[in-house]
Amino acid sequence: MSTQDIARHTSLKVVFYNDPKIRSLFFQVLLLVAVVALFWFAYDNTVANLKKRNIAQGFAFWNVEAGFDISQTLISYSAASSYGRAFWVGLLNTLLVSGLSIFFATLIGLIVGILRLSKNWVVSRLAGFYIELFRNIPLLLVLYFWYGAVLSSLPEPRNSLSIPGDIWLNSRGLLVPRPVFLDQFWVVGLSFAIAIVGTFFLLRFNAKRQAATGERLPAGWISMALILGLPLFIYFLVGQPLGFDLPVKGRFNLTGGLNLAPELVAMVVGLSTYTAAFIAEAVRAGVVAVSKGQSEAAHSLGLNDGQTLRLVVLPQALRVIVPPLNSEFLSLTKNSTLGVSIGYPDLVNVFTGTVLNQTGQAVEMVSVTMLVYLTFSLLTSAFMNWFNTRVALVER
Amino acid sequence: MTDLMSSDIHFVRASVLEEQRPPTRLSGPLLWMRENLFSSWLNSLLTLVFVSGVAWVLPDLIHFTLVIPVWVAGSSKDCSAELLGHPVGACWGFVNAHFGYFLYGQYPDSERWRVDIYYGLEAFGIFWILYPKAPFKGAGLAFFFLVFPIVGFTLLSGMPSIGLRTVQTHFWGGFLVTIVISTVGIVASLPIGILLALGRRSAMPIARLVSVIMIEFVRGVPLITVLFMANVMFPLFVPDGWRPDSLLRVLVGVGLFSAAYMAEAVRGGLQAIPRGQYEAAQALGLGYWQMMIKIILPQALKIVIPNIVNNFIGLFKDTTLVAIVGIFDFLRTIQASLADPNWRSSTMPLAAYIFAALVYFIFCYGMASYSLAMERRLQTGNRH
Repeated sequence: MSTQDIARHTSLKVVFYNDPKIRSLFFQVLLLVAVVALFWFAYDNTVANLKKRNIAQGFAFWNVEAGFDISQTLISYSAASSYGRAFWVGLLNTLLVSGLSIFFATLIGLIVGILRLSKNWVVSRLAGFYIELFRNIPLLLVLYFWYGAVLSSLPEPRNSLSIPGDIWLNSRGLLVPRPVFLDQFWVVGLSFAIAIVGTFFLLRFNAKRQAATGERLPAGWISMALILGLPLFIYFLVGQPLGFDLPVKGRFNLTGGLNLAPELVAMVVGLSTYTAAFIAEAVRAGVVAVSKGQSEAAHSLGLNDGQTLRLVVLPQALRVIVPPLNSEFLSLTKNSTLGVSIGYPDLVNVFTGTVLNQTGQAVEMVSVTMLVYLTFSLLTSAFMNWFNTRVALVER
Repeated sequence: MTDLMSSDIHFVRASVLEEQRPPTRLSGPLLWMRENLFSSWLNSLLTLVFVSGVAWVLPDLIHFTLVIPVWVAGSSKDCSAELLGHPVGACWGFVNAHFGYFLYGQYPDSERWRVDIYYGLEAFGIFWILYPKAPFKGAGLAFFFLVFPIVGFTLLSGMPSIGLRTVQTHFWGGFLVTIVISTVGIVASLPIGILLALGRRSAMPIARLVSVIMIEFVRGVPLITVLFMANVMFPLFVPDGWRPDSLLRVLVGVGLFSAAYMAEAVRGGLQAIPRGQYEAAQALGLGYWQMMIKIILPQALKIVIPNIVNNFIGLFKDTTLVAIVGIFDFLRTIQASLADPNWRSSTMPLAAYIFAALVYFIFCYGMASYSLAMERRLQTGNRH
């Protein structure tokens, strides 16, 4: 029974300013007025200030010629392109560096996290050292370290360092073989897609069969053969429609191949080594969260080590690991904005940096940039809600 | 199932296993090594690979940083292997020569004692709050959150009427700015964060809405965009004559940013307090604020001390980003010194970054260890 009810039932006279309902209403109106007044104050001043400084408003600049170059563009772009085009170039660069870093960070993070859990004293201590080191220094320092201390001290192109697999490393970045897709390559892609669909149905069939008869096919091996074997078979059948443009070392320079700028390399290496420490910690926490009784119970049911890990421990650990993993991915994407400090042309660098400097339209630039990252974060939390309802404990 | 002994039960083993040999008996370090380093061939391989990796890197690192470094230098010439004619390690002379700059920025030489006092007061306040056995915790909190900010600001920026020369904020720099930003972030974010967390769990729909929008908006965007907003948009929001100081603008941005993260940490604590605590407080006739201040918050904040400290660590590391909007923090002063033509050399950055990493590591690891110790201490308090 709430206070109002008591007041009503006992017909006590409550002075109006002590009535919780009126009080709550009063404070909310006060808050609303304060917020609206604050926004109005800011809006009014902004309009006056913009007028005084002769700064344009609105998005008319979107189609205006940009007039500046960007060092790394995934879509065609030149100084004659529009500001809107520059926005997409920056956004794609952000997505590229985030995607690559997420891949490598997850890989390194998984390995370090598993090593941290190892019973081997030396291995787990070294993994722990890695985690503690990167968790306790700022990302910006990590980026400066890779960019300013490691990559900048690499030799000139004529003395490029060679890495097995036709990869070259020098002060102008990393040269890797450029894949060249020939006409028939789509057939290989199609066969890969068919193999994945086939594997999906095979796994379902296998699960049904196991439930009915208790026997199971070696589904892992069969699906691996399907996914790897089928495209490979088709690949040779249609006559190897994939070539590589290899970087070739001349006397003074390297030609051919795909040149990854040092900024991109520093960003990917920095972001992935840094985020890997946090991912490793999430992996460790997730596996530790599964109680020892679970694997003991699995063992006593006759499952071997691999089955215990795959069928009992991992599904439960993933429930704990995926939420922090996901937020690490999101914060990695947000951290890719640090590219501005070493000159990587990401969204913030291009849009909030160069475009803002040229047009002076601070409000529009910062709002658009914030909106992009807000969209990322809303998408991530939508995925998280979906995932949480899917893997939530079903209790009886 | 009719016949339990039938052989078509697939999970029952049909044959008897062979007898296995008893485990070898060992004790002492040999047993420890066998169990921890060489328990299987894979483990032995890992041990060998990692130990040889360490043995390969560590001596070189020690040689570079401690055996052959240059401790005192006047310019990069004193650290150049070509000019000296023998191999040189880390150029600690660079750090030595710029130490004052790293510590105080361009704060005038004659006034640096004020910064020293500020550092001292801050250390005293932190010790008072964090050391569990220190007496008068309430006074300590009042000192750190009320007295210290006012005294500290007066001390640093000056007050001519009591004989302290005015030092404008663009002279502040280096570690001083790093400490000032993180302190302001901490001092501002805790109360604002608590208010936001209370707002988010409030029964008033408008308060809830305002808090949720504020928290989710700030947590959804990168700190750099908040700093850009503070730097280029904030001056537009206020009347033309105000011209807010550039450090102040950044402080507002950092304060709001960390408040949103703090709010989520505090909310976790509020959610962990059982309903009975709220009901008991209400039954005793306490009003909302009395209930929160006397009953709920002391318990909730205690639970989330580790999370709060983790936020502080993140904040301390994030202060480096202010360099991007032109504030000379600790890392920025190092970058600026590296760009000095007198000190240009390809090996200089390595030494400088090792030094910077060491400084950040000591502070962050210190905070992390404190939070871990606190967690353990609090756990024993709740153990049945």
